[in-house]
Amino acid sequence: MPVAEPFVSTRNPCKACSPLGACLAFRGIEGAVPFLHGSQGCATYIRRYLISHFREPMDVAASSFSESSTVFGGGDKLRRGLDNVSRQYQPRMIGIATTCLVETIGEDVKMLLNDYHPAAEPAPDLVHVSTPSYRGTHVDGFHAAVRAVVGQLAEAGEPTSSVNLFPGAVSPADLRHLKEIASAFSLDVAILPDYSDTLDGAQLEEYRKIPEGGTPLASIRAMGRAAVSIEFGRTLEGSATGAAELERKFGIARKTLGWPVGVVESDRFFSELSAISGRPVPQIFVRERGRLVDSYVDAHKYVFGKRAIVYGEEDLVVGLAAFLSEIGIQPVLCASGGQSGRLEAAVAAVTASSVGPVLARGNLDFAAVRELALEMKPDFMIGGSKGYSIARELDIPLIRVGFPIHDRIGGQRILHLGYRGAQQLFDAVTNTLLARAQDRSPVGYSYL
Amino acid sequence: MHILEERQRQVHRKGSEPFDLDCNKQSAAGSVSQRACVFCGSRVVLYPIADALHLVHGPIGCASYTWDIRGALSSGPQLHRNSFCTDLKELDVIQGGEKKLHKALTQLIVEHQPKAAFVYSTCIVGVIGDDVEAVCRQISAEQGIPVLPVHSEGFKGTKRDGYRAACEALLKLVGTGDPSGVSKASINILGDFNLAGEVWMIRKYYERMGLEVTATITGDGRVDDIRRAHGAALNLVQCSGSMMHLAKVMKDRYGIPFRKVSYFGIEDMSQALYDTAAHFAGVVPGIQERTVELVRGELQYILPEIAEYRKRLAGKKAAIYVGGAFKAFSLVRALRHLGMDTVMVGSQTGLKEDYEELRELCDEGAIIVDDSNPLELSSFLSERQVDLFIGGVKERPIAYKLGIGFCDHNHERKLALAGFEGMLNFAREVYGTVASPVWRLTPRGSAREAAPCR
Ligand code: SF4
Ligand code: SF4
Repeated sequence: MPVAEPFVSTRNPCKACSPLGACLAFRGIEGAVPFLHGSQGCATYIRRYLISHFREPMDVAASSFSESSTVFGGGDKLRRGLDNVSRQYQPRMIGIATTCLVETIGEDVKMLLNDYHPAAEPAPDLVHVSTPSYRGTHVDGFHAAVRAVVGQLAEAGEPTSSVNLFPGAVSPADLRHLKEIASAFSLDVAILPDYSDTLDGAQLEEYRKIPEGGTPLASIRAMGRAAVSIEFGRTLEGSATGAAELERKFGIARKTLGWPVGVVESDRFFSELSAISGRPVPQIFVRERGRLVDSYVDAHKYVFGKRAIVYGEEDLVVGLAAFLSEIGIQPVLCASGGQSGRLEAAVAAVTASSVGPVLARGNLDFAAVRELALEMKPDFMIGGSKGYSIARELDIPLIRVGFPIHDRIGGQRILHLGYRGAQQLFDAVTNTLLARAQDRSPVGYSYL
Repeated sequence: MHILEERQRQVHRKGSEPFDLDCNKQSAAGSVSQRACVFCGSRVVLYPIADALHLVHGPIGCASYTWDIRGALSSGPQLHRNSFCTDLKELDVIQGGEKKLHKALTQLIVEHQPKAAFVYSTCIVGVIGDDVEAVCRQISAEQGIPVLPVHSEGFKGTKRDGYRAACEALLKLVGTGDPSGVSKASINILGDFNLAGEVWMIRKYYERMGLEVTATITGDGRVDDIRRAHGAALNLVQCSGSMMHLAKVMKDRYGIPFRKVSYFGIEDMSQALYDTAAHFAGVVPGIQERTVELVRGELQYILPEIAEYRKRLAGKKAAIYVGGAFKAFSLVRALRHLGMDTVMVGSQTGLKEDYEELRELCDEGAIIVDDSNPLELSSFLSERQVDLFIGGVKERPIAYKLGIGFCDHNHERKLALAGFEGMLNFAREVYGTVASPVWRLTPRGSAREAAPCR
């Protein structure tokens, strides 16, 4: 059989576009409004995509390019847009990302911003990030925005003992847990971004123009004086991230860890914090870890040798692969639409203990995942809701984690990180497998 | 509440000022418009054609965000539910995307054997200068199916222009099939997208009346049906914003008359069937009697339950913000049927005459708004103390954050709201949100409960 030529088109994408990631990151900064310079439609689509996951208001302003802006430039739209946003929202920061259109016509946004004299008093900080989607995915846009924020706002000065933490595009529940961990170590940790409240907030009597919460600008400025930066994401190694920027500009040590998913990857994170703080791991987490491993033992036979397909953003996939491997599940396929080129190596580094071969592939779409999945006889899939049609066709369960989750509620409350996150993942995986076996059994025991 | 200077004339309060609403213009820079783009308009209209290939030409986002989100059902092929995109990369942007487009189309057509292909140009295609027309012509010759460019570059207008671009693409299909055998008593259903199977319901009504349906455009749509749609005797146009252009051109070109209809709410639904019956009175014997019978039967079935809801909903206040103004008319009437008052109504793309009609329809004091944004909408909801907000996914969190009931009436919904059965669903849906006990626990709900008069 001749080897079929790969499809040049993307069929059912396993990724979103760069400005979406930037908007998400900007939403995690106190008093900030995300702003897209370019076409209106992109902003609306991005909002809808994010709203469907977080189920929270998500305002993204746009400069609303018209035909003439593509000919004469969008400077006027940009200035008026920024003035209008300032007037309506009174933001402390406006995070400006660009759509493909603006990038394609080669608009010099930096120069436009230099020439812009804000009408608002006090003038908001303007942070600009270039996010052409023809160069990267939403995850790249996310990291680029974080890097732009620290690059443009962090300041030098008297060194402090605080820790910068760049968790990546984790869930609001993850962010809350990280804050809890930091305070248990009595560490002064600045997490960027922090949308744990802005995208998972309480009911209101009066609408708030900008939701409460987010990393305070003062903390961001102080990031230039911190003792160390920790970033999550094994595929970020060597790439231009926020932590890299702080290292370059201020000489702050950069520690790149994997997403702390599962015991082994979490251990690395906890011991890092232990080393930084000079304190032992707090008892509460020691006990959590103890219970987690105890549950692994209790249930190891239910999960052993099962085959999983893992997909989503690269670093979440790496974390899940580590977790599945350590409990005896074989991540037969680790797939991502991400394009870092580092997924394969990162997965290999964390799946040494896997009970069988692991295939990791970046730059995939769901049509390709499906074609591979049909051959692999997986027992379940784990990832966002966009894989559902494949799970349905294969008649296997889908365990929803990560982003986006558009067909269940509570995506923002899924905890992936730390021992506690691993416990929740482990229970979900085990119980899904048990339920499946029980439902399929002709007998239907209620005692397992 | 600060309303942007550019937008002051896009908000009107009935009774307080002379009517002079500004609309149909580009969104103000920096306002968080709820609008989408030209591409969105085209995609919404053409997407339900289930045996066509839909290829988005551009970078990935536009395709990613429109992948299988709509409830537009097909009774057969499911090809439309995929998302295909040329996913242009830096090199394509520099060197042009024509080659990639050609190859992408060829591969996908060979793989999926569609009856036609639509190629949507998104923003950057409009500036990198690809000759999409030429590529489509070439592929069409090579593959022997219609390959239709859709000029939907997002920045070149509003959603409305996208509807028009979609109609232009459809017009290249209409008239290319053989209409022989199409009965004199046949219609095309235009502007229903078969969300949650609505077109099946509507189709059944017409068939029970004794009519034949030639093409449903585009809900549960098929390329071959559209190609012979010019054989039908009447076009029934719902959601007139999106399909009017098609109906008008079909009238000019093929002499097919059209009627505007709406299938939302009891009055509008019944009126649509009665009007159609009257049109065919001389052609189809007994059609009017059958229609009266049909409507009576359906009403008998739904009215008792609706009356129950009405008792509990009477006097409640509603706000509406939808894409097209035409749907808003039906909603105001349908809400009235449930005893509810519409105190705010707006749309993304309404025209002046639409807003005038809405103004007529609503009570004194009602707020009428064009191309609004979350800050305005939230302030209107609070100001008018509404119990229910009707809109789409982007409006939902505004209502929910404020502890206000919500009903989704957009393309993403999975519940049939058209037809008689749909009216019953609508009533259940409205009741289910307004009467939920959860509001009592919210800050706004407890404040209201503590207040003496409500
Ligand atoms: S044009 Fe670019 S920014 Fe806009 S939706 Fe498409 S990929 Fe995203
Ligand atoms: S790139 Fe253009 S066509 Fe695509 S979503 Fe944005 S505005 Fe619409």
